[in-house]
Amino acid sequence: MFGDYEAQRHWQEITFNLPVKQWYFNSSDNNLQYWGLDYPPLTAYHSLLCAYVAKFINPDWIALHSSRGYESQAHKLFMRTTVLIADLLIYIPAVVLYCCCLKEISTKKKIAHALCILLYPGLILIDYGHFQYNSVSLGFALWGVLGVSYDWDLLGSLAFCLAINYKQMELYHSLPFFCFLLGKCFKKGLKGKGFVLLIKLACTVVASFILCWLPFFTEREQTQQVLRRLFPVDRGLFEDKVANIWCSFSIFLKIKDILPHHIQIIISFCFTFLSLLPACIKLTLQPSPKGFRFTLVSCALSFFLFSYQVHEKSILLVSLPVCLVLSEIPFMSTWFLLVSTFSMLPLLLKDELLMPSVVTTMAFFIACAISFSIFEKTSEEELQLKSFSISVRKYLPCFTFFPRIIQYLFLISVITMVLLTLTTITLEPPQKLPDLFSVLICFVSCLNFLFFLVYFNIIIMWDSKNGRNQKKIN
Amino acid sequence: MAALGIATGGRNWFSALALGVTLLKCLLIPTYHSTDFEVHRNWLAITHSLPVSQWYYEATSEWTLDYPPFFAWFEYALSHIAKYFDQEMLNVHNLNYSSSRTLLFQRFSVILTDELFVYAVHECCKCIDGKKAGKELTEKPKFILSVLLLWNFGLLIVDHIHFQYNGFLFGLMLLSIARLFQKRYTEGAFLFAVLLHFKHIYLYVAPAYGIYLLRSYCFTANKPDGSVRWNSFSFVRLISLGLIVFLVSALSLGPFLALNQLPQVLSRLFPFKRGLCHAYWAPNFWALYNALDKVLSVIGLNDKWFGSAVPTHSPSFSDSHGHPHLHSDGHIGPRGFLRCLILCALSSFLFGWHVHEKAILLAVLPMSLLSVGKAGDASIFLILTTTGHYSLFPLLFTAPELPIKILLMLLFTIYSISSLKTLFRKEKPLFNWMETFYLLGLGPLEVFCEFVFPFTSWKLKYPFSPLLLTSVYCAVGITYAWFKLYVSVLTDPPVRKTKKQ
Repeated sequence: MFGDYEAQRHWQEITFNLPVKQWYFNSSDNNLQYWGLDYPPLTAYHSLLCAYVAKFINPDWIALHSSRGYESQAHKLFMRTTVLIADLLIYIPAVVLYCCCLKEISTKKKIAHALCILLYPGLILIDYGHFQYNSVSLGFALWGVLGVSYDWDLLGSLAFCLAINYKQMELYHSLPFFCFLLGKCFKKGLKGKGFVLLIKLACTVVASFILCWLPFFTEREQTQQVLRRLFPVDRGLFEDKVANIWCSFSIFLKIKDILPHHIQIIISFCFTFLSLLPACIKLTLQPSPKGFRFTLVSCALSFFLFSYQVHEKSILLVSLPVCLVLSEIPFMSTWFLLVSTFSMLPLLLKDELLMPSVVTTMAFFIACAISFSIFEKTSEEELQLKSFSISVRKYLPCFTFFPRIIQYLFLISVITMVLLTLTTITLEPPQKLPDLFSVLICFVSCLNFLFFLVYFNIIIMWDSKNGRNQKKIN
Repeated sequence: MAALGIATGGRNWFSALALGVTLLKCLLIPTYHSTDFEVHRNWLAITHSLPVSQWYYEATSEWTLDYPPFFAWFEYALSHIAKYFDQEMLNVHNLNYSSSRTLLFQRFSVILTDELFVYAVHECCKCIDGKKAGKELTEKPKFILSVLLLWNFGLLIVDHIHFQYNGFLFGLMLLSIARLFQKRYTEGAFLFAVLLHFKHIYLYVAPAYGIYLLRSYCFTANKPDGSVRWNSFSFVRLISLGLIVFLVSALSLGPFLALNQLPQVLSRLFPFKRGLCHAYWAPNFWALYNALDKVLSVIGLNDKWFGSAVPTHSPSFSDSHGHPHLHSDGHIGPRGFLRCLILCALSSFLFGWHVHEKAILLAVLPMSLLSVGKAGDASIFLILTTTGHYSLFPLLFTAPELPIKILLMLLFTIYSISSLKTLFRKEKPLFNWMETFYLLGLGPLEVFCEFVFPFTSWKLKYPFSPLLLTSVYCAVGITYAWFKLYVSVLTDPPVRKTKKQ
């Protein structure tokens, strides 16, 4: 498995054997072309910790240079155990605590909610199949959401800073955090408590960043090099096939080749911010935990669809907030989570994870369907579209068939996904278009994601005081 | 949408459990498999490529056919589907052939034949007394029994990792038990006869069936106090039972009798030359015996392993010791029959000849049916199951299977203990301090055997110590459970006539 597995093993080797100053620099001992470090310092410290354990068990695993491509059953067990331990310490407690703190639902529903979140196929397959440590950054982000939602703002922002310092993709979640906390400060009044809170938050953030980056702040050269590794602006609008707008658009028009790099960056910047601005402004003006969760979804989704150099695994950053709203809109959330797993299908097939992905997807779907009775919850109220459809009915009085449309769309979506999966497995693509199936999968997923972007934005914008009446139903 | 909603509604918990465990089995497809995988591939090849007259003589591979003819016909039927997956596996000379398609086919055949087991569990749930049911689904005896059977840890790792076909065989056995509970005696007898000709290990429990059928089916009436009315013996029924057994055996052994191969078939089925203990000691009486022997030899009391200090025994001893409890006192009901069956299975496990550790499942699975009935049975069940399942750990000795076996075992053990404790919370606690201590001791034992021992110097001098320790420790627990069950059978009050069976 010369992929992320080897990359993580290599990082253990580098962080253990080389001094901190050399971790992010190209040298004879550290060839950056061969899986160079491209995550923030906290990942490096985590790799160092794992390396110490590896040294105790078998030093051959991390010997400088000679351990490249090392693979053995014991080593595989060790690496997989490190993922499991990280999961058990950070992600799983956050999920359990989150579900325990949910209000107005029975204990059974809380357990069911926790089970469904933990069964989400995407995270399981990427972390344990493909091999990554997403559960650490997502877990920290979840601790951040917990803290901030229940008024432990300082701890929440500390946790979220740790998440950003573990994987820079967590910046997708940063705007909602910023807007929510800013909104809270405004609510408390900028001339009193609010201002104090703002200062405290700023100090917490700065302090946590300094703490994580301490070894790299000594020289300007160090900081610049790390930033260069984290944000490779030379790479282009997208790499490989990913279910976002630019990749799908390039089917019709190859913008990657037409426009120069800096124009591409500006365009993606503009589109991203235009699509997420309404939700963020609303969150700043009316901060609420519910609005916060939905804004997390829509922001992350906007970033995924329009941003620069997005990888297909980044859909996990959208899936986590959607998991959090599973109990509020079970039908749409389950649908989204199925599509998100489907969008990673080309990657999973490359890793020979077909059977596990089919099995985990089915298990997840059945668990959600039974726990939340999703097929009975497709009325307008349950889809949180009541206020929106009332507004629409002012102009089109006969528009009463929202639930039916959504049900039909769901059926079409699922049938398309199943058909595409079957075709990809059984048939060979035509010679002239070897990437046909991957591109089709990305295109279909992208259409689904655009639909969800519109849907989540509608919920946020039309969520007014009626929100309080709807809580009873959930 | 509404129809789909009802289908996935909460009423169909049984299907959800069955589907869930099937999905888990699919995930276990790429795990380690033992030589039993090659055994069955070889049998597919033998039955497909060779004529019937050669089946019990073929010896190209060391894994010769040593199950009764029905199983051979079963492999023959499978081989006709196998040829669409990979023709090469059906070649007798392709020893140790295991392409990915072969693996997929074999694993799926186990998963699909397990459907019979699922059906049998469903039938057994119908026989469970539902009086203790609370309002919560998870507290109903039916639900607990379904989980204990469908998600049984031992069956999962033996069938779906180690690789065997016990699922559908236990399905046949549980189905025959269910039929006897439902008073459909001829069906039960028929199913058991068929089962015997699939795998003859079930002979261990045949006496229980024989006596119960004689007592409940052949004697048609009872006296008012529940004991048998001796003059109500029905020869017709006895003859019909005999006819069923005879016809099934004729179907199975008939062709080989006609070919004059019966002695050869029997010698394959009952290989007494193999020795008292298997390569890895099943945690039974002989394991304790051997351990004692070894200790004595290390001390210096004898100088030969299996030596002169303790005499060797012939198979007849182990057989005769197994069934002293079968006295027809005329008070047996279906539950009594079940206890008898479990005692037969356990006694045979403890004292039998060349017992595999997997044979503990023969006692564990029927015991689950009793465990949701009475607190005393639940306590015996938990000790038996936990030690029995732990004794299966050495079967999976590879590194990748370590987390799987530990986590699944913990899941099953924690669930079984907590659900049975909740079910019987109104009665006295299930375990006394000694039993709790013993069960908790399994944890440190596992930590020592798997994590500490490989890093010590004893690994080179005494490499089999973990196996020895596991075997002896579990033998203590299993013998204790056997003893408790024996005592409960002898001291239980007789079955009242008014109790609905």
